[in-house]
Amino acid sequence: MGFNFRGAWSIYIRELMRAFRTAFQSILAPVLTTSLYFIVFGSAIGSRMEPIGGVEYAAFIIPGLLMLTLLGETTSNSSFGIYMPRFTGTIYELLSAPVGVAETLIGFVGAAATKSLILAAIILGTATLFVDYQIKYPLFALGYITLVAASFSLFGFILGIWADSFEKLGIIPVLILTPLTFLGGTFYSLDMLPEPWDTIALANPIAFLVSGLRWTFYGSSDVSIAVSLGLTLGFLAICVTVIAFIFKTGWRLRE
Amino acid sequence: MSEPILTIEGLSKVYKGGVRALDNVDLSIRKGEIFALLGPNGAGKTTLIGAVCGLVRPTTGRITAFGHDLAKDWRQARAQIGLVPQELSTDMFETVLRAVSYSRGLFGHAPDKARIEEILRSLSLWEKRDSQIRELSGGMKRRVLIAKALAHEPELLFLDEPTAGVDVELRKGMWEQISGLKERGVTIILTTHYIEEAEEMADRVGIIRGGQILMVDDKDAMMERLGTTEALIELAEAMSELPPEIAAFPVELRDGGRELCYRGGDGSGSGKAEVAALTMALTRAGIEYTGIDIHDSSLEDIFVSLLGSEDAPEEAA
Ligand SMILES: Nc1ncnc2c1ncn2[C@@H]1O[C@H](COP(=O)(O)OP(=O)(O)OP(=O)(O)O)[C@@H](O)[C@H]1O
Ligand SMILES: [Mg+2]
Repeated sequence: MGFNFRGAWSIYIRELMRAFRTAFQSILAPVLTTSLYFIVFGSAIGSRMEPIGGVEYAAFIIPGLLMLTLLGETTSNSSFGIYMPRFTGTIYELLSAPVGVAETLIGFVGAAATKSLILAAIILGTATLFVDYQIKYPLFALGYITLVAASFSLFGFILGIWADSFEKLGIIPVLILTPLTFLGGTFYSLDMLPEPWDTIALANPIAFLVSGLRWTFYGSSDVSIAVSLGLTLGFLAICVTVIAFIFKTGWRLRE
Repeated sequence: MSEPILTIEGLSKVYKGGVRALDNVDLSIRKGEIFALLGPNGAGKTTLIGAVCGLVRPTTGRITAFGHDLAKDWRQARAQIGLVPQELSTDMFETVLRAVSYSRGLFGHAPDKARIEEILRSLSLWEKRDSQIRELSGGMKRRVLIAKALAHEPELLFLDEPTAGVDVELRKGMWEQISGLKERGVTIILTTHYIEEAEEMADRVGIIRGGQILMVDDKDAMMERLGTTEALIELAEAMSELPPEIAAFPVELRDGGRELCYRGGDGSGSGKAEVAALTMALTRAGIEYTGIDIHDSSLEDIFVSLLGSEDAPEEAA
């Protein structure tokens, strides 16, 4: 028996079904939050803002808002997917099954990334209700969103294995990802910041993600798309390596 | 019946805290047999099962199942092994049917509705197939776990205390099902605290304590060696000493002579016959009694008598 395709598929489908069962939490809640941002920042405040780099303010914030929801939701979704079986003990079945790191990742991470793509589509759809915008490189945008979704699904998976309490599970998205995304140029262009904050802001890796996505949307960005892309791919590679290590050593999975 | 399907050699497991849960265990399981692993709480039964099923990383030792070294060819080996864990861990919000179908897929099998239906029917779960697992009783949940373990038609099945928390009637039913599996050629390894259970089902019995296998033997041989029957006979009137008619029986007076305690026989049921003979002897001697309480020894009793009370099953540490 080589790669257990059916095993991977079973995990994938079950994880997706789990999301539909909690559709309200995983889809509706982020849509509502994003809509509120559009209303407050896009329509109310945005109408008094100058366009940034030739882009209408309300449109300018779309990539950042998308990133804000995407990072948080992807990470917590994916981390829950693997944390819950550990917490309830049902992970015994996964550990005793003929599935290895590849099947597990395709199942769990693939499902988390798929959910994130659906979520991104819904958010972008919601945005059209508030703002008139055009995506300059739609295929590039899709590719970049997929890459980010996959990377943060992997990251969430690691988080879900590392966490040994619900508290730890929630801490990373809330205390790290959300603030960094806020500060990472979601609502402004980095060069609007005074010295030295515009330089300090570049220490925030998420600034590069927001900037990269904004480039695919409007063709202009704070940092070069190549740097953003490179950084994201690097992050993906680190996550894959960590997960390979986890499976090799059984860390937090096998006693 | 003698070809080994599972071979364990020099298996040890030291947990992170330093607990040596398994200590150089050697064990060989024959194809098609029912093997009962008996031992007190904390003996290492679950750890042993975990080591074979991939839940526990052995510290040292080698495990071979179906000719595959588990350290290398775990995929092939695991595909043929089923596990019913001791803990009732189930996906509470999943329905029975979906949970069982998922297990089949996870182990790499194509969906097979008829097969799943057959498994659910045989465990009296078919009526409950669309219920969420959280709505089921404890005994039903345990049967769902069994159904999940059977969904991929394993050749080797581990049952870690399959009858814990299951009522007497269902327990009997479960014994029948386990025998049915054996008839289909499935090799079964189960753990239990009840010697009656091993007596009812097992071909061979292994006794484990402190991470060491103390003995492995055919059930019949072991039952004769370890089993006892205990009977408490309440006497209508207290006696000060044993009357000669019953002096030949392994009995003693207790509770100020108001109670006669019999302890004897073996696992083959000879104890019950002897108690019957004892009661007739009492009647012949004109000794009246008001009640009889008779039971076969549990494994715990045997451990107490065999190993002394310090080594008796530990309470939760
Ligand atoms: N995850 C763990 N970490 C540390 N020690 C453990 C762990 N699991 C079990 N142990 C210890 O290993 C020993 C064997 O435990 P095990 O669960 O294998 O016993 P058991 O024979 O299945 O007992 P029971 O009849 O109560 O189920 C015990 O001393 C237990 O405390
Ligand atoms: Mg146990």
